[in-house]
Amino acid sequence: MTERPDNQNTQERHQSLWLLTIGPAVWAVHFLTSYITAAIYCAKFAGPDDSLWVVRVAIGVYTAVALAGIGVSGWIGFRRHTYGRATTPHDFDTPEDRHRFLGFSTLLLSTLSAVATVFVALAAVFMRTCH
Amino acid sequence: MTEHEERRRSEAEDIEPLPQAPPLEVQRAQEERLLKAWKTPEGWRYWSAVNNSEVGKWYTAAAFGFLIFGGVLALLMRIQLAVPGNTFLSAERYNQVFTLHGSVMMFLFAVPIFEAFSIFVLPEMLGARDLPFPRLSAYGFWSFLIGGIFVCGSIFFDAAPRGGWFMYPPLTTDYQPGVGADIWLLGLTFIEIASIAAAVELIVGILKCRPPGMRINLIPLYSWYILVVAGMILFAFPPLIAGDILLEVERAFDWPFFDAARGGDPLLWQHLFWIFGHPEVYIVFLPSIALVAMIVPTFARTAIVGYSWIVLAAVGTGFLSFGLWVHHMFTTGLPGISLGLFSAASEAVAIPTGVQIFCFIATLLVGRVVRVAAIKFVLGGLATFVIGGLTGVMVALAPFDFQAHDTFFVVGHLHYVLVGGAVFPIIGAFYYYFPLAGGKKLSETLGTIAFWLMFVGFNVTFLPMHLTGLRGMPRRVFTYPADMGFDVLNLVSSIGAFVLAAGFCVFLWDVIRPKAKQPISERNPWGAGTLEWLAEMPDKPWGVRSIPEIDGRYPLWDQPNFMRDVDEGRFYLPDAEEGLRETLVTSVIDARPIQCLRVPGPTFLTFFAALFTGGFFIFATYHWWLPALVSGVIALGTILVWMWTGTAPIPEKASKDVGLGLTLPLYASGPKSVGWWAMFITMLGDLTAFVSLVFGYFFYWTVHDDFPPDPSPGPGIFWPVIGGVALLAAWLLTVLARRWNRDDRSTLFYLSLLAAAGLSVGGAGALVVGVWNLEPTTHVYPAIVWLLVLWTVFHVAVGVMMLLYCVFRRLAGRMTARYDIDMANVALYWHFAALTVFITVAVIAGFPLVA
Repeated sequence: MTERPDNQNTQERHQSLWLLTIGPAVWAVHFLTSYITAAIYCAKFAGPDDSLWVVRVAIGVYTAVALAGIGVSGWIGFRRHTYGRATTPHDFDTPEDRHRFLGFSTLLLSTLSAVATVFVALAAVFMRTCH
Repeated sequence: MTEHEERRRSEAEDIEPLPQAPPLEVQRAQEERLLKAWKTPEGWRYWSAVNNSEVGKWYTAAAFGFLIFGGVLALLMRIQLAVPGNTFLSAERYNQVFTLHGSVMMFLFAVPIFEAFSIFVLPEMLGARDLPFPRLSAYGFWSFLIGGIFVCGSIFFDAAPRGGWFMYPPLTTDYQPGVGADIWLLGLTFIEIASIAAAVELIVGILKCRPPGMRINLIPLYSWYILVVAGMILFAFPPLIAGDILLEVERAFDWPFFDAARGGDPLLWQHLFWIFGHPEVYIVFLPSIALVAMIVPTFARTAIVGYSWIVLAAVGTGFLSFGLWVHHMFTTGLPGISLGLFSAASEAVAIPTGVQIFCFIATLLVGRVVRVAAIKFVLGGLATFVIGGLTGVMVALAPFDFQAHDTFFVVGHLHYVLVGGAVFPIIGAFYYYFPLAGGKKLSETLGTIAFWLMFVGFNVTFLPMHLTGLRGMPRRVFTYPADMGFDVLNLVSSIGAFVLAAGFCVFLWDVIRPKAKQPISERNPWGAGTLEWLAEMPDKPWGVRSIPEIDGRYPLWDQPNFMRDVDEGRFYLPDAEEGLRETLVTSVIDARPIQCLRVPGPTFLTFFAALFTGGFFIFATYHWWLPALVSGVIALGTILVWMWTGTAPIPEKASKDVGLGLTLPLYASGPKSVGWWAMFITMLGDLTAFVSLVFGYFFYWTVHDDFPPDPSPGPGIFWPVIGGVALLAAWLLTVLARRWNRDDRSTLFYLSLLAAAGLSVGGAGALVVGVWNLEPTTHVYPAIVWLLVLWTVFHVAVGVMMLLYCVFRRLAGRMTARYDIDMANVALYWHFAALTVFITVAVIAGFPLVA
């Protein structure tokens, strides 16, 4: 392989499978906090027909934060995916291609997580009351 | 090897096999020694085998036995429903039959078959000689078999569970006396523990036991899926175990967790059950689609298209599947906003699910498809699954679900998903992998006949059910009147069910028919590219002749002379000089070899451990407390003997030459050892169960206006805090003991462990004193506080046993300053125990202050 600008970046000790899970984990935290906020608000503070605006604003804030987090993980993934000059399917037996593969998978999972986060946030766009 | 050298080696260009084969007589001698080390026991001792290929075969056969049992139950139901007003089964019997059908298919077939297949085929796929904990697999298998027979047998005594496979209270608490629900709860909890054991085994196997050079971008897709599924099991099964504990304690001791009159809430069960139950559907589906990901490239004769996209699908589905559970509870009156959130997530999961299907279709289009029985089942399965997926998108919409809920529409939907997504691919995999089990192929003709009978029979059975359901027929009713418009549809479904069953009979005959005259299959009969097809026909017990260095995703296609090099022992570990069973441990990302792991051989200990663990659960079902206790103590004793004699042995030398100029250590402790990872993963699951109980506490808070209820006394602050401090001190001493052991300061080591044990007993006692005056049967508040304390005390008790174990290990010279696996793992356990203590004290003593 000629394209080894800097071996340091691709060494195994700088890699982790946890990178893949950042995007989905952010989605999960966003989902749970949205659900818990809504559930507690509806159980403790609001009647069936009261306005839900507190929850909707909260979910809006959560969504902005979550998308920012997912964006960072996606960007890291994209940088790794485009490392050097090779294109997919990233199936060479080299540290570089393994590096790109992990990056590409991170990018894909971040994209999915972003879409799923927006899906969940849409519930707060359309719902005006608890019931 | 220093770390620097190690890294240089991994960064170096590919390791090549020996340029020349060892002389023939050397090869023969190596083979002889390998065969001796890996020999399968004979005669009645055969059942003491723990090797993955034997256990995997038994596991698969047992799971199929339960499938047949569940299938017969299904036929009984279809006979009953064939005509209106039928009296073939009584209502009571029908309830038992449908409950057992669902429970058997989910818990005794769908989940175990994935574990069975994985135990059988995963080590072969990873060029490993065995999984890292063969005895744990055997223990899991025996537990599964005993528990399964116990649960299934109940129907012959008219004692089977009757509450449906999801066992909702208050039906199962107030209206169903008798032992049925207890059989379900205790029998299946026992099996869930076996599933978690398999998950631990498979995760460590995939991450740490790959062949050298099989970097994370090169692993077979099957292992990506299994990794995800095993991770899901860790987070999905524990909530059910927590729920089982609550429900069984309510049934056995009248603690009112689900009794609304005393502050409980039946909805908590639904949450806990479906936090398990929905991921469960994907736990069933993903391993089967993983089989598809192995079969499709072989018969398309080309590499999979979109490897990374399939990884996306596996990991993405794994996560999203945890955000769907409330869609089973759309009609329970939850706030609309909650329904909206879960409906959105349920729609989102269709994206990754669809992505992988497109990848398979693309692969089939790129390649030239060979039409064999296996691929027919796979394609039939995919088509069926897509239909089920589409009705799934329909029922994920709350307004539609309100209409379809609890009708036959849902029955139709779930069978399309599960049979299309799991059963058809599994049978396809049978046709594909059968030569690995006995060296002979199944019949293509019979396979094709079986496929068409099953495919047509399945659709004739389940397609009409959508209409039956939309016309308003509820599920789980034992009969229906004649003038409701259900008659013809039900009759058609019943006829279809028998066509489907006929297909199964053809398939079963194909499996069991005598094959003595049939020639042995050629090696790699389908021309596949992945490592499991290195197997000789019939396979040798050693798994793989020498452990190869991997350069790509399809080594058998890409690496020249690969099979020859493996066979001639030109790769790693071609020999068993010491007569011991050995395999390689490699690093997680790049599969650099880091250890030569010795795995244990045949034993009956695992069987007895499972037998007596089973005895504990089975006797407890009938409230025979003394036999249950005795059985539990014997099980504990057996497990201790197993640990003492079979785990963490000190090797006779520090390192060993594994071939190709590589010398590896024979012992590793802490995060470098497989045992440490197993402990970590197990405790992660354990922590999830605990968090589920804590979730219960806060759930009660959300449903009550005052929780903790005002006049009722709580545990106070004094005793919980005293107990908590003592237990955290015990944890600190344990961590110090680990260091002092490494520094070889034995007096300090012994003293600190004994002090930690003393503090633990005192601390646990203080926690119990704090709740002693609370009466758990009066209200759910004292009940849940008691339960959190008991959970903590139980973990402390196990922790004390571990501390004493380490004391004795060192006294006996089985653990030393350098060889300290036991102490490292016990310290890890105590990290989790300390976290449990901290959360318990914070919740029971701290939360009432802020509430």
